[in-house]
Amino acid sequence: MREVPRRPRGESLAAYGFIAPNYALLGVFVLVPLVGAFVVSLQRTDGFGDGEFVGAANYARLVTDPVFWRALATTAGFTVVVTAASMALGLATAVLLNSVLPARGLFRSVLILPMAVSGVATALIGVLVFDQNNGILDKLLGAVGLPEVNWQSEPVPAFATIVLVTIWWRTGFNMLIYLAGLQGIGPDLHEAARLDGANSWQRFRNVTVPLLGPSSYFLVVLNVIYSFQVFDIVFVLTGGGPQGATNVLVTYAYDTGFVTRDQGYAAAIGMVLLLLAVVFAVVQWRASRTRDLVE
Amino acid sequence: MSRVLRTGAALLAALVIIAPLYWMVVVAFSSRRELLGGDLRVWPRQFTLENVERVFSSFPVVAWFGNSLAISLVVALLSVTTSLLAGYAFAHLRFRGSDALFFIALGTLVLPIQVIMVSLFRLVTGLGLYGTYWAVILPTAASAFGLFLARQFLLGIPRELIEAARLDGAGHLRVFRSVVLPLSKPLIAVLFFMSLLQSWNDFAWPLIALRDNALYTLPIGLLYLQGQFGSDYGATMAFALVNVLPMVVVFLVFQRYFVAGLTRSGIR
Repeated sequence: MREVPRRPRGESLAAYGFIAPNYALLGVFVLVPLVGAFVVSLQRTDGFGDGEFVGAANYARLVTDPVFWRALATTAGFTVVVTAASMALGLATAVLLNSVLPARGLFRSVLILPMAVSGVATALIGVLVFDQNNGILDKLLGAVGLPEVNWQSEPVPAFATIVLVTIWWRTGFNMLIYLAGLQGIGPDLHEAARLDGANSWQRFRNVTVPLLGPSSYFLVVLNVIYSFQVFDIVFVLTGGGPQGATNVLVTYAYDTGFVTRDQGYAAAIGMVLLLLAVVFAVVQWRASRTRDLVE
Repeated sequence: MSRVLRTGAALLAALVIIAPLYWMVVVAFSSRRELLGGDLRVWPRQFTLENVERVFSSFPVVAWFGNSLAISLVVALLSVTTSLLAGYAFAHLRFRGSDALFFIALGTLVLPIQVIMVSLFRLVTGLGLYGTYWAVILPTAASAFGLFLARQFLLGIPRELIEAARLDGAGHLRVFRSVVLPLSKPLIAVLFFMSLLQSWNDFAWPLIALRDNALYTLPIGLLYLQGQFGSDYGATMAFALVNVLPMVVVFLVFQRYFVAGLTRSGIR
């Protein structure tokens, strides 16, 4: 037991004082608008003047809106592909940079550099590289005898561009987390496995990967959250096109709210985003609890 | 894998990362004629500043740079202050509802700004903030990630240290100032640089909150310029450099703080 006399009342008051600035901002600029968003989602409004109360009409409209379902599917596809690919690449480069290598520090600095580049600039560099009339990538493909790709006017290549650009932007982060995880694994286990006759792939598969479990778990959570909120890259690189092929939920919500100014409907799309976020948060919270119990 | 092979693989990865950035620089300093000519080259045949000059004479680049700097500095300062104070409370003080409150803050991490953008815009307008820097600063100043990070770091300060100071009769604020703050310098650097970077590059909310050309930050200005100049890649890339270069330099110089912040966040 503690010998220090506790003064819970005073401590509580002090604590509320310490958290007040943070929670005042959070309350006013996140929680209040969150309630407001739900109210707006029950209205028809262009944002000028008072809205008209329409009950659940916006939600009913969502159910039969093909653009919405397509954006939902695109968001899910994007999230799965980007999470899987950028984590695999992050792990591969982390293992690489954790081994004996000349100029390791320099390689690490280079690989995490995209994290300093803004999403808009990243997307515009993407526009430059993937330009299908005069872009460097198509020229390089042509130079080595490969067919040029219509990156901008065809749906699948356009989807590939947002995926590739996002992977370029995000892999460094995954590598950093994995690198930190790898540095926590002592050499003894690898040594023991080697003595048991395990080759390097078996050691990677049966020693490294399981021990990186916590890092992987953390990265799945962060990558899903991030990919699901992707906005800058899609908005600037493809604008959701061609023919809506790269339209994701967040760009659809933005366009609906601030371009076509159907703000009630935009708020309803936002509520779906919120629901998805909450479901994901609960699932991952439960998963982490089960993991803790198992460990 | 042999060492040669591994070095080769690392070089390839580095090349994939550097090539697009390098190409941005090449295009920014190539003449328009050369860009339209369109054959492959690794450096401008004729190094030119014409794109940079065109961008600076057509757009208020200096003012936008100033806007970005002012907004991101204020956001960083506010975010460091609020995260540090709240992080201390969650790490070392006991109070009712602390778990629920912490959970709420973390919950905002999974909340895309698009969920609340419509009503946040109305709120900001209603408060008379629209048309000022504060429309961007206040909604982005409280960082859930910063709070989480601060708590993680501050848990590392031994409880005994704080209790000893309390026994000497120091109040909570005094303990914070004279015990916690001096031990938090690395944390402050981490929080400062991370929120500076995030705010400097922020896009989705400023796009909505800044309708006035004169208040644009660099990312919004960059999008605006692209809208005006279309496929004038020389100009777009020259301006992109203005946006990218300062943070790349800051990032490289203060890299250890960014790395510490990110890797620390991964430790459960």
